[in-house]
Amino acid sequence: MALKTETMVLNMGPQHPSTHGVLRLELEIEGELILSVKPHIGYLHRCFEKHAEAMTYPQVIPYTDRLDYLAAMGNNFGYVVAVEKLLGIQIPERVEYIRIIMAELQRIASHLVAIATNGADIGALTPFLYLFRDREYILSLFEMTCGARMLYNYMWIGGVSHDIHPDFVRKTKEFIIHFRPTIVELNNLLTFNKIFIERTANIGVLPVDTAINFGASGPVLRGSGLQFDVRKEDPYSIYNRFDFEIPTGKGLVGTVGDCWDRYYVRVLEMEQSLRIIEQAIDKIPDGDVHSAIPKRIKPPKGTVYSRVENPRGELGYFIISDGNLNPFRVKVRAPSFVNLELMGELCKGHLVADVIAILGSLDIVLGEIDR
Amino acid sequence: MKNPEEIFELLKNEFKDIILGLEKETPTEPIVAIDPMQINKVGLFLRDNDILKFDSLMVLSGVDDANGTKVKDDDGAEMISGGTLSVYYHLHSTNLKHKITLKTSTPRENPQVESVYNIWRTSDWHEREAYDMFGIIFVNHPDLRRILMPYDWEAGYPLRKDYKNPEFYKGMKVPY
Repeated sequence: MALKTETMVLNMGPQHPSTHGVLRLELEIEGELILSVKPHIGYLHRCFEKHAEAMTYPQVIPYTDRLDYLAAMGNNFGYVVAVEKLLGIQIPERVEYIRIIMAELQRIASHLVAIATNGADIGALTPFLYLFRDREYILSLFEMTCGARMLYNYMWIGGVSHDIHPDFVRKTKEFIIHFRPTIVELNNLLTFNKIFIERTANIGVLPVDTAINFGASGPVLRGSGLQFDVRKEDPYSIYNRFDFEIPTGKGLVGTVGDCWDRYYVRVLEMEQSLRIIEQAIDKIPDGDVHSAIPKRIKPPKGTVYSRVENPRGELGYFIISDGNLNPFRVKVRAPSFVNLELMGELCKGHLVADVIAILGSLDIVLGEIDR
Repeated sequence: MKNPEEIFELLKNEFKDIILGLEKETPTEPIVAIDPMQINKVGLFLRDNDILKFDSLMVLSGVDDANGTKVKDDDGAEMISGGTLSVYYHLHSTNLKHKITLKTSTPRENPQVESVYNIWRTSDWHEREAYDMFGIIFVNHPDLRRILMPYDWEAGYPLRKDYKNPEFYKGMKVPY
């Protein structure tokens, strides 16, 4: 008589430490083997898009902070770039430089959380503490600039809310000097750690054509080996003035597009962000950061889709204006929302423990998935 | 690399009546309008043609055009009757680096649009979101259910302009 077997449904979440928020994964498993994964989202849904329709254009900015709360600068940036495109206004050079420095610092801070939690999820708790220590430095730079540590409301349409502190340039340079060696430290501690490699190499392999078809972006797409970065592809602000590289997954310890590649792309990107900051920090021109802020923001009738490279990928804002003071429609193309769709594809045939590693390598933030 | 006008001409030659026109009054990119029940054919052509190669769907967004007539219902609340709901597709070619925006409009009373699930898998959740928020039915979508709202939400589609919050959801007071 054959042994009776049947599949089991296991709910991972909504309250689970490794889901980085409230996400429920419905796993269909046979023993330890994953047959299918269905993500259930919406636990944080507050309908940002509906709120935005009732707000004036500048009033929407604090709401964008709360989408991807680990990269609030990037969200502000994407939104103001979109509205400025709609308005057709010119931004002072000083503002452009400040914005780029802030966005790149934010990218490092966000990647630090991504790397730290990815490690912590699969058992490496020490790097977590090291990296949060370094992130703290960036947060205090932001705090010095605008008073907030997480949700900044810093970039305004046509300018920024506060000029940089007199000490900002000096402290940022100090940070760069301090931070470079910690990347080396991180590599010794976690990146090339044998246990970490065992857990992530050859796990959750994402071929590049699947990644494109699923609309993946950011480190998830680049981890699969495609050199695609909105900062180079579709340059916004003044990114075309800076010299930096787009790191891609090479399959150094496993297959191209595995969890380790996605992780390592983030490590390499931090170095590139440092390069951009170094190029920009000495060139900040003088000027008034408030001079170009329009008194009354009333864009002409029309539509705009504008995208920026957020730490998690391509963040797009699709705004329709009907010529009023508030937007007619704001649609956010959240990178995590699109990347999370891959879960089902990546987990097939892996073990339950690998789900955690794969989810960590996608680096999702539920705030922008549920909006 | 082609500009939107050239792509529009190409589509017009290939599909004739299915392509409804090119909207140019927008300040940014022109928009190609397409028949809602033929979008799949056009999508396949856009993806597989060697000089177009639109392999990536950046975003699919539903929009309530709110262009119907406003009427009062029995409770005195404002409702929109008639008019259209629209779906916008922003496409991009990772290989040839060009972009195009498609738009399709469908009547508000019976909103149906062909799914592009088989062309760009990313549209799966985007279409579910548009269904959840606007009630647009995507024909041939394999798993069309709510995504952000609770699965058993019965009070309508939140992003429609005439949406009204219900007073109670399963006995819980909604406006808190």
